[in-house]
Amino acid sequence: MSKQVIIIGGGVAGLEAAGQLSKAGIEVSLIEKENKTGGHLNKWYKLFPDRRNSSEVKEYLDGITHHDGIKLLTNTTIEKFNRNKSHFSIITNEGKELTADAIVVATGFDLFKSARKEEYGYGIYDNVITSTDLEEMFRKGKIVLSNGNVPKTIGIVHCVGSRDEKVGNLYCSKLCCVTAVKQAIEIREHLPESKVFCFYMDMRMGGAFYEELYREAQEEWGVNFIRGKVSEAGEAIDNKLIIKVEDTLAGRPLKMEVDLLVLMAGMEMSEGGKKIAKMGGLNTGENRFFAVADHHYGSNRSNIKGVFYAGTCTAPMSITETISHARAAVSEVMDYLKNERK
Amino acid sequence: MKIEGKKAIWKDYQKEIADDKFYYVRSCVRQNFFPGSETAFLKIMRDELKKDVYEHPCHTTCTGIGYHSDIVPVETTMTVVARQFAIMTEAGYENLLPSCITSFGLYTEILDTWHHFPEVEEKVRQQLKKATGREFLIPKNLAHASDVIYKFRKEIAAKAKYKLINKNTGEPLKVVDHIGCHYAKMFPSKGVGGAEYPYVLTGMIEEWGGQIVDYPERRHCCGFGFRQYLVQANRGFSVACSKEKFESMKPFKPDMIITNCPGCPMFLDRWQYVINEMEGKRYGQNGEGIPVFTYEEVAGLVLGYDPWDLGLQMHQTDCEPVLDKIGIEYSPEDKYKTEVNAVYSKSHNLINV
Repeated sequence: MSKQVIIIGGGVAGLEAAGQLSKAGIEVSLIEKENKTGGHLNKWYKLFPDRRNSSEVKEYLDGITHHDGIKLLTNTTIEKFNRNKSHFSIITNEGKELTADAIVVATGFDLFKSARKEEYGYGIYDNVITSTDLEEMFRKGKIVLSNGNVPKTIGIVHCVGSRDEKVGNLYCSKLCCVTAVKQAIEIREHLPESKVFCFYMDMRMGGAFYEELYREAQEEWGVNFIRGKVSEAGEAIDNKLIIKVEDTLAGRPLKMEVDLLVLMAGMEMSEGGKKIAKMGGLNTGENRFFAVADHHYGSNRSNIKGVFYAGTCTAPMSITETISHARAAVSEVMDYLKNERK
Repeated sequence: MKIEGKKAIWKDYQKEIADDKFYYVRSCVRQNFFPGSETAFLKIMRDELKKDVYEHPCHTTCTGIGYHSDIVPVETTMTVVARQFAIMTEAGYENLLPSCITSFGLYTEILDTWHHFPEVEEKVRQQLKKATGREFLIPKNLAHASDVIYKFRKEIAAKAKYKLINKNTGEPLKVVDHIGCHYAKMFPSKGVGGAEYPYVLTGMIEEWGGQIVDYPERRHCCGFGFRQYLVQANRGFSVACSKEKFESMKPFKPDMIITNCPGCPMFLDRWQYVINEMEGKRYGQNGEGIPVFTYEEVAGLVLGYDPWDLGLQMHQTDCEPVLDKIGIEYSPEDKYKTEVNAVYSKSHNLINV
C-alpha cells in the first residue's frame, strides 16, 4: 500500500510539493481553503526579475499536479488535527476525516494589512492602494485614479509593515524592494508620461538579477529613488495626495504631491497558518512564522515528527525559493517515510 | 475620502471613561488663555449633567511644561504627581479628570512607567511619604475632560439650543478639529479614535450638527511645541507652524476650529492675529479670520450660554462670524461687560459648590 501525505495549502509551495510527491508514487490529499489553487500567484500580473507572465508559472504548477495520485479538496479548511503514534488524521470543515503518514504545511503568507499603517490612509484616501491592487490594475490594463483619470505622479512606499517595530514586524519581507522596482518599470511602460518616485529605507536587491533590474529602472525608465520613509499622507481638496518624507540623502524633509500612492505591503504569517499552529501544537517564532527545527539544515522540519514545512509559512520567500523549499520538503518527507517513521 | 475606513479605525480606539464622581484638576495656563472654559465645563457637568465633580484647593501644577522643557527632573515630576494622587485619595475620589492635555499625557506616561517599572513607583511612594507623610492609590480611571464631554455628547445634544448649522443655508458648519499632541500621540490607545484620525472632537461636532474637515496638514503642530514657544528666539518657527496649517485648511473654507489642548487654541487664535498684522493675510471667508474654540466653549454655545460668559471676548480672532452663522443671540455692546450680565451665579467659579 502506498504512503499517504496531506498537504495543507494549495499555493506555489503546496502545488510543487504535491507534484513532486505524486511523481514519487505517494498519494497526496491537497487541501485548499479557496475555490482554486494558486494562492497569491493568481493575483499577480508579471513576475520579477524577468517580468514573465505569472500564468506561465501557474501553468507549470497545474501541469505537475495533474496527476491521479493527487486528491484536491478546495473550499476546505481543517477543524481538527490529531496525531496517533505515526499516523495523522484531520477533520475538515465538512466533517470528512483524512488520514496520512506525514503532513506538509504549506499555508503561505498573508499580505500585511496596510490599513494598520494608519498614517498612510489606506482604506481612507481614495488613491492610496497596495501593490496587490496595482497588480490588479496591470491585469486589467488600466491604471486609473478613483475618478477615472490617469495618474501623472506616482509614489511607491517601500517597507509597509516590514522592519517596523511599531507594527511588531522587525523582519524584512525581502521581496517588496524588487516588487517596487518591477512595478515602477511596469507603470512607466503603461504610462510613459508618468513620473514614478520610490521611497525606500535600503534597497535590498539580494536575488539573482534583482540589482540589474534596479539599474534598468533608473537608467532606462527614469524611476526616481529617494532614500527616506514616508511619514504621512493627507488628501488635498483636489483629491491629490500630499506626502511627507525625510530625504535622508539630501538631509532634509520633503513634502510632495502625488496622484497615486502605492504601498508595498510586507508578508506576515497567514491566519490559516496561525490556526494550524495552535491546533497542531506547532512552534512559531518571534516573527510569528512557523519555527523551523534548524535554520541551516532543517528548515523543512517542525517540532513534531512527521510534520514538515514548505514555502513562505516559515519566512518570506520568492517564488524561486518557494519552489526549491517545497522540493526540499519533499526530500525530507521521502526520507522520513522510508527511514524514520516507526 | 472613505468614511468607512475611518470608522474601522475609530472602532479600534475606544477607551473606558468614568460615568460620575470625578476629581477635576484645572490647568495652569488655560485659566489665563481661555478663562471661561473650565467654568463652563463645571457648569455643564454639575448643572446640565448632574455629575459629582470635586476640586481640591491644594492641587498644584503637574510640572508638565517644566518636565517637557527639561527644567524639572522626571523624579520630581513623578513625586509631584504622586502628591496629586494622594490628595485625590484623601478626598475619596478615584476618577481623575484633568483639564489640561499635557497633564493628561503626563499622568498617562507616569502610570505607564510605573506599570512597567514598579520599582520606580515604589521609590516615588517612599519619596512622597518622606516629604509629606502622604500615601496614594492609583486612579481607577483617567480621562481627559474632552473625553468626558465626548462621552456625554448625546446628552448635550438633547439639551441643545443651537446646532452647528448655518442658519441661512441649512448646511452643517465646516469644522477643523485639532487635538493636543499629548492627548493621543504618545499613547494612541488612550485617546478616543487614536492619534492619526482622532474621534474625540469629531464625535462632538458630528453629534452637534457640524461637519469635520480633513485637510493635509491636519496632524501638523499647532505652533505650541514647548521648545518653539518657550524659547523666544524660536517663536518665528511657532508662527510658521501655525501658518502652514492655515494655508492647508484655507481651500476647504472652514467656518471654525475646535481644540482640546491649552496651547492649540491659544496659538491658532493668536497667530492668526499676528499673521494678519505681519502680512495682512486672513484665512477665513469674507476677509475674516477662522474663529478658534475650546470644546467647552462649543458645548456652551450649543447649550445656549451667553458667548461673553464663555469668555469669547478674550479671543484675538473674532468669533462673531460663527455666532452669526449659527444664529446665536448676543449683545455686541456687552462684549466686555461680563460681570454686569453674567448668567452664572458666582458660586460656579468657586470650587466644590
